[in-house]
Amino acid sequence: MEAAFYIAAIVAIVSTVLTITRSNAVHALLYLIVSLLAVAVVFYAMGAPLVAALEVIIYAGAIMVLFVFVVMMLNLGKRAAITEGQWMQGNIWLGPVLLSAVLVAEVLYLILRARLTESAGGVVDPKQVGLALYGPYLIGVELSSMLLLGALVGACHLGRPVLEKAEGRYDRNSDGARAHSGGNLIRAGARRAPNAP
Amino acid sequence: MRRNLIFILMSIEIMLNGTGVAFVAAGSRWGQPDGQIMFLFILAMAAAEVSVGLALVLRLYHLHHNLDADAANEMRG
Repeated sequence: MEAAFYIAAIVAIVSTVLTITRSNAVHALLYLIVSLLAVAVVFYAMGAPLVAALEVIIYAGAIMVLFVFVVMMLNLGKRAAITEGQWMQGNIWLGPVLLSAVLVAEVLYLILRARLTESAGGVVDPKQVGLALYGPYLIGVELSSMLLLGALVGACHLGRPVLEKAEGRYDRNSDGARAHSGGNLIRAGARRAPNAP
Repeated sequence: MRRNLIFILMSIEIMLNGTGVAFVAAGSRWGQPDGQIMFLFILAMAAAEVSVGLALVLRLYHLHHNLDADAANEMRG
């Protein structure tokens, strides 16, 4: 179990250093995803299985997908296909694949051979975490829900004009044939004149 | 020095992740669930921060057509 911890920690450090030294954003994102997966294995080896699963699901699964979406959105246009071809040229995929292969081998070994109870400091199981989270830390859960609601409203407000402009650019042909609703929401979007019966 | 806004946000994620590793390691050392709970709060905070930050990056890119952090110094701060 200790060897698994140290190998995953080395993978995490190497991939993080490679993340902050890349000049291309997509390559850096690939290494950052590998780094987060390595940190998840570190959490599992330290005896925190709930946090390891949440690291994979939320950090590597949701936040990194948000980053990839934004990087791809900033590259829309005619040259996008060419630049995406240039991103994956050469042996650039080899580094993340090798680091991920180390992690996969380690996780397979941990699942098949080792037991979680062998970790150094003892396992803190999800039941303990849940009881403490909804007991003494209940006010923190409520506050983080309010923080997430604020972030949702803020992101909607910040993204709205840009998205409306982009949608207008793409939907000009389909919306041109429709009549203006004139406040009549029942007939909004109908293909007829605004004052027709 | 890196001045790309995407790289700045990615580096913030790395730093928050490092603090999370420190919290979980401390909680695992004493066998208490508090470290993992603090990591859950850091996770929620990182998700909120990155959603608002990336929305701001999109707005700045539509204004200036580049991702340089120095392009956003109109307030002369």
